[in-house]
Amino acid sequence: MTTYYLQTPLSGKDVEKLVAGDVVFLSGLLFTARDKAHALIHRAGSPISLEGAALYHCGPIIQDSRVLSAGPTTSGRMARYTEQILEQGVRAIIGKGGLPGEPFRNRAVYLAYPGGCGAAAARQLSARAVHLPELGMAESLWVFEAKEFGPMIVAIDSQGKDLYQEVRRSAQMRI
Amino acid sequence: MSDMKDQVVQATVRALERAETSLPDWVLEAIRQAAKRESNALARQHLQFMLENVKIAGQSSLPLCQDTGLAIFHVKMSRDLCLDFSLYEAIAEGVRIATEKIPLRPNAVHPLTRKNSGDNTGPGMPDVILDYVDGCGLSITAFPKGAGSENMSLVGMLNPADDPFDFIVKTVAERAANACPPLFLGIGLGGSFDLAARLAKRALLNMPGSSQEEMRLLERINSLGIGPMGLGGDITALGVKIETALCHTASLPVAINFQCWANRSATEVVQ
Repeated sequence: MTTYYLQTPLSGKDVEKLVAGDVVFLSGLLFTARDKAHALIHRAGSPISLEGAALYHCGPIIQDSRVLSAGPTTSGRMARYTEQILEQGVRAIIGKGGLPGEPFRNRAVYLAYPGGCGAAAARQLSARAVHLPELGMAESLWVFEAKEFGPMIVAIDSQGKDLYQEVRRSAQMRI
Repeated sequence: MSDMKDQVVQATVRALERAETSLPDWVLEAIRQAAKRESNALARQHLQFMLENVKIAGQSSLPLCQDTGLAIFHVKMSRDLCLDFSLYEAIAEGVRIATEKIPLRPNAVHPLTRKNSGDNTGPGMPDVILDYVDGCGLSITAFPKGAGSENMSLVGMLNPADDPFDFIVKTVAERAANACPPLFLGIGLGGSFDLAARLAKRALLNMPGSSQEEMRLLERINSLGIGPMGLGGDITALGVKIETALCHTASLPVAINFQCWANRSATEVVQ
């Protein structure tokens, strides 16, 4: 288990060294998208460049441009868009609960931020811009500047190792 | 506005403020104990970060989770109390004020149009579970429920020949990772399709249980190794509570209401 401090935009080299179980703190810009923003990007394309981007599955509470609470949402709801979003250059998806691992192979990682920790997450984030504001506070695409955002666990790495899958398989054997 | 109505509105706001920005002592203690018992280093780090998060939320009076939930309340009201206003409307007014004041994330949307009401109230919301009790006054418990754990909940209409505990363990093994473990599990055993679900919700309000069946179930769930946030570890659940009702001789309804580690609730009393 190694701890990495990384900066966005992320390169292929940044993500290929990460191994499932490593801890990551991320600085730089990251953007949020959840159910509605994913559907819109799927239909009409992304309003921002996704090359080397870190996508955060999050529906924050924001007041007067201040991030008040911003933990991760369940990634599984956005699973159907994973392939398409990674194709556009996203190098890291941040969330909780995991995603199917195959689309990450050789190009990206899935980072798990501790769920329910919205107040702690908000202290590491500042809002820089908002796109798709018509979707409402939780569903808009927010651009955040992160300062050592973490601790995040590399739950799915680019070599195909998937911690959730391993834990689930082992749990099935113990039922 | 009558004095009593104003008191109910203000008590609702206060209950929500406390529920959203802190955790009940017994919940915090359960997480602290888990952090001591957990043998997996990553899992321990997660548990400690959760405790740190609650501390930050308390210090800054901000929601500990951005999913401030659906507005669910458990009201216990004296059967001798006669109100000259709509209790439901007073609680709804409290929710609207709290949404602005705390602030809460507007979460309530129409199921088909997905249009957000903007203030967490509207048809069916808030959801008020009302019990008439002996004594005087009324107590209002805010029990905001986030979607991550609620989405994993399930009602199974089992065959009476099935083992309900096997069904529960299997369901938890499949679904726990998405529900922000370590979990609290409300189990409704028996009744009908809808009564089982109501029992499961009530079980969460009556946490934690300590019967032999509840402790055995907790032990089985923790032996799965799912751990905090589904990334492996000893502590998958922090508490299990079972509520039962008689069921039809041909039925075995079992409801599982998942609750994340942030088992939020706060009670305010109006005399």
